[in-house]
Amino acid sequence: MYLYLPIAEISVNAFLILGIGGGVGILSGMFGVGGGFLITPLLFFIGIPPAVAVATSTNQIVASSVSALMAHIRRRTVDFFMGSVLLVGGLLGSAVGIVIFNFLKSRGQVDLLVNISYVVLLGAVGSLMFVESLGALIRARRPGGAPPVRKRHGWVHTLPFKVKFRVSGLYISVIPPIIVGFLVGMISAIMGVGGGFIMVPAMIYLLGIPTKVVIGTQLFQIIFVTGFTTMLQAVTNHAVDMVLALLLLLGGAVGAQIGARIGTRMKAEQLRILLALVVLGVCVKLGLGLVLKPNELFSLASAV
Amino acid sequence: MKLRLALLLLLALAGPAGADEKIVLGLSQNSVTISTNFDGENILIFGAVNRDSPPPRDSLMGVIITVAGPESPLTVRQKEHRFGIWINTNSVHVDSAPSYYAVATTAPLSLILKEIEDVRYKISIPRAIRQVGALVTNSQDYTEALIRIRQKSGLYQVLQGSVTLDQNTLFGTRIPMPSNLVEGDYKTRIFLTRNGQVIDEYDTTIPVYKVGLERWLYNLAHQHAYLYGALSLVIAVLAGYGASAIFERLRR
Repeated sequence: MYLYLPIAEISVNAFLILGIGGGVGILSGMFGVGGGFLITPLLFFIGIPPAVAVATSTNQIVASSVSALMAHIRRRTVDFFMGSVLLVGGLLGSAVGIVIFNFLKSRGQVDLLVNISYVVLLGAVGSLMFVESLGALIRARRPGGAPPVRKRHGWVHTLPFKVKFRVSGLYISVIPPIIVGFLVGMISAIMGVGGGFIMVPAMIYLLGIPTKVVIGTQLFQIIFVTGFTTMLQAVTNHAVDMVLALLLLLGGAVGAQIGARIGTRMKAEQLRILLALVVLGVCVKLGLGLVLKPNELFSLASAV
Repeated sequence: MKLRLALLLLLALAGPAGADEKIVLGLSQNSVTISTNFDGENILIFGAVNRDSPPPRDSLMGVIITVAGPESPLTVRQKEHRFGIWINTNSVHVDSAPSYYAVATTAPLSLILKEIEDVRYKISIPRAIRQVGALVTNSQDYTEALIRIRQKSGLYQVLQGSVTLDQNTLFGTRIPMPSNLVEGDYKTRIFLTRNGQVIDEYDTTIPVYKVGLERWLYNLAHQHAYLYGALSLVIAVLAGYGASAIFERLRR
């Protein structure tokens, strides 16, 4: 069944879009990431104009994050205070990101920036998670149990403006969460992703927030950052396609619930290692795109 | 007025061959409407050559049909290998290129249209693109790339020999339009040629526009962007909340 998308101005197979939404939804249900880092490249691949793909996936992330957040609120695993601090940084970063995006778009280098950020971030995050979770998996297999990982008192704990985050059980400065939020907000605006795939590791490894609180908290703040980005995209670029978003949403909502069930049957280390592999796979794919000679050396852009 | 003058001049140049041959046209539809299930469209263009005297025997007649979408300026960028990766380096500004362009003919264009007539009427695809004052030496490569890319996506089409000509009088063709059409008036021109000279031209427009839900959403997104953005968010939040609530109920 073909549907014509009013903003993308292209007709697509509705089941294909539902399938993409569903497939990515399964992953996001399993790993607690929005899946924007997969949806945006997939939409590029089936011929959705990049601007529409970026703007629309942020709208889709709002929906999947709301869906997932409800479950976390019921389980009381959301640190609203930490989320709000991250949010302050996130909104600032998002505004800066849009400015950078529009500047680079005028210079014709936006694809390059998006691709390089993807490769660098996915590569770094993917290998970090892979090594860490492989280590955890090996330790768990060994009889005698895992050696306890002690809280490190690194540079994060020497900064001023310390605040108590009750749900997370942390007493740290507000500066690191604001910086992390800012960077993720900026990336989400440029790349059309929620930033879950870098937010989750950053919160676990940099801020030391307990894993069970991390996902709910980052979902909470990502709803607002992507909501803000969606609004900016709708107003400045008129690039949010409601029909496309709705198709992705329907697929994503079903997929996420299936994914969540698969997720509960697996160990945390196994989940993390799988996510790391998915992330590294996307990274290699995009990296090859930069290094290998493209089939078409020329590209078209509408001049303003 | 200018056109008629040019035409008269042409007729004089063309000589006795095809002196009073005129095009009478028909279209399968007067407009193309883009609705939710739009998946491209074929437009049937047909017509007849109306003449007062029997057709000249010793000259080759040709029919050329062009359909052009709204024109807009473009930037064509070229990738080069720098620092081990492929990045955009040079770019060329194209002053105006049609968003869609199809040329359908009864025979290869070089047989039924002289170069000078192509220049005058801007019939072939390279002539339909306007580009002046490029800052690079290989600007030809850029326009070629533009045509290549748009041909690949079905936006530019050369349909040589696709126009059927019956007894040198009745002609007809089917112009395929892809699903990624831009809205606007599609300028449709039919040329009648004798020995490579244009002896008659018939112009009409086929409006292409969105209708129904497509129209409503597009207008909303452009005219009430804040409302549209807010509506998108409300739908997203409701959908997310709904999915979670439904599955929670199913689990119990």
